[in-house]
Amino acid sequence: MAEATTSVVEKSAERAAPKKSLQLNEKLIGILMISPSVIAIAVFVYGFIAWTGWVSLSRWRGIVADLSYAGFENYINVFKSYRFQTDIRNTIVFTLFFLLGSLVIGLLLAMLVDSRVKGESFFRTVYLFPMALSFVVTGTAWQWLFSPGTPQEPHGLNQLFHMFGLHVYQNWSTTSYVWPGGGWRPDWLRIPVGIPVAMIPVIVAAIWQMSGFTMAMYLAGLRGIPEDLKEAARVDGASEWQIFRKITLPLLQPITLSAVIVLGHISLKIFDLIITQTGGGPGFATDVPGIYMYETTFKSNKYAEGAAVAIIMLLLVSVLIIPYLIYNMRSETER
Amino acid sequence: MSTKPMQLPRIRYSRIIIYLVMIAFAIFYLLPVYLMLITGMKSFEEVSISRMWALPSSLSFDSFAAAWERLDVSFLNSIKLVIPATVISSILGSMNGYVLSKWKFRGVDAIFTAILFGMFIPYQSILIPLVLTLQKIGLYGSIPGLILTHVVYGIPITTLIFRNYYAGIPGELVEAGKVDGAGFFGIYRHIIFPLSVTGFVVVAIWQFTSIWNEFLFGLIITNSPEQRPVTVALQNIAGSQYTLWNVQMAGALLVAIPTLVVYVLLGRYFLRGLLSGALKG
Repeated sequence: MAEATTSVVEKSAERAAPKKSLQLNEKLIGILMISPSVIAIAVFVYGFIAWTGWVSLSRWRGIVADLSYAGFENYINVFKSYRFQTDIRNTIVFTLFFLLGSLVIGLLLAMLVDSRVKGESFFRTVYLFPMALSFVVTGTAWQWLFSPGTPQEPHGLNQLFHMFGLHVYQNWSTTSYVWPGGGWRPDWLRIPVGIPVAMIPVIVAAIWQMSGFTMAMYLAGLRGIPEDLKEAARVDGASEWQIFRKITLPLLQPITLSAVIVLGHISLKIFDLIITQTGGGPGFATDVPGIYMYETTFKSNKYAEGAAVAIIMLLLVSVLIIPYLIYNMRSETER
Repeated sequence: MSTKPMQLPRIRYSRIIIYLVMIAFAIFYLLPVYLMLITGMKSFEEVSISRMWALPSSLSFDSFAAAWERLDVSFLNSIKLVIPATVISSILGSMNGYVLSKWKFRGVDAIFTAILFGMFIPYQSILIPLVLTLQKIGLYGSIPGLILTHVVYGIPITTLIFRNYYAGIPGELVEAGKVDGAGFFGIYRHIIFPLSVTGFVVVAIWQFTSIWNEFLFGLIITNSPEQRPVTVALQNIAGSQYTLWNVQMAGALLVAIPTLVVYVLLGRYFLRGLLSGALKG
């Protein structure tokens, strides 16, 4: 018995020795095969970010590149500017309502689709289809849906309300009104604080496009909750509401986190939708950092200022993304 | 026994409410599509913003024709751009996913995470160097320049999808290949690649959809109407004041058709790509 074991061990050791060096060779081939991608990412992502950072610290304010060092001057000017302060307010408002709307509607739709209805796949397909569209398509369509017209001759949704006898007239997309807007504010803050009304159509369009995505995520999560668990709770006399609060919601929490990360980073860098739907206007009522960066850099040739805005955008996204990526990496390594 | 007739009507009412809410949401999602469709089918004489919700009295494709006139070159550009970019980034993604899941080495997770970061960055933060670099290598303002850009910035997502996909292929299969003396390429060709069909479909659909729909790179990297992709052309129609709204609506639908067709036919794979984009495959 002991003899047999030794011989097996010996044999496998014998075999393992040449295999090990062979494996090392093969591993090197693997590293070689991914190196083009790794180098491309190193240059096009990390190298370019450093380059942008360098531009943001320069005096490049015209067509001719001037990379002399200006310190944090550009950043200070950006933070002091009316436009950037507006953009930050708008981003906060957009992110808040877009996230809230997408999460609530997504969860609601997922639960409806999951409640053993007829035509389930039809509804799922309809709710998710905007995800297959370009933000530019969405922006073009919703621009017309929210086009106000006049109280006498309303357009778009106003007209639809009219046809159903609801004589409301909303000029969402032409007003630069900020609600509530008044009140005390510190000296450095140059903008009215509140919700820019013109942002509402953009938020509706964004929710229209992305809520199907949260539905799909929640649906996958709901399907992963074992029915026995709910059944056991029912046997114990729990109401459907209690089951939802105590079992379903807690188990869906990781999905909510993923959705917040994905939607949150989309909303921090939103550009296509807004530039198509409103162009950032009226005034700067729907302007966001993405549009600011684009116009400052590529229309006014103020490269240093544009780069500073870009780096601020990157930092905002990083605050959200990097902890998530590290968390994912840790749980990956543990596996 | 006695509770059953009592409960039945209550359940039915809740069922009706469920269906009503679902139908209301379906209308909300389909509203813009309805508008785009009926607008495109009205004749120019019938197009009037005060009757924009009304059905067309007769079938005509005037608006589609007018929109197509402004989009045809760009439509072709997008096709020329999206096919090579999709193919190249799928191949790269497959290779990366294979190495990162089956040939792990020290620091592999850190490299993977560093690659992933590239898919979350706001592209504004790399645009200036990107333009300067493309100008230097003579690819600025051209479709090859756009292809290169989409391939590079597509690496994170394609790698992620393939890596998660290959993680589902049992390690024993790869070990068995090694025992049989197969090397890096042998295992890929005989074991991994034949099992990759679904992975390639998911990645190809994902890349096709996102590159077709992409706007910012197209806007910045192309500078002439002959080179620009279809989303930029559509935004251009929307931005010009003299254009009729019906042409915009019809144009938006034309731009949407390719990705919509893919979605309707292959929605299952689109969904898989979507969900793996949120990490945790």
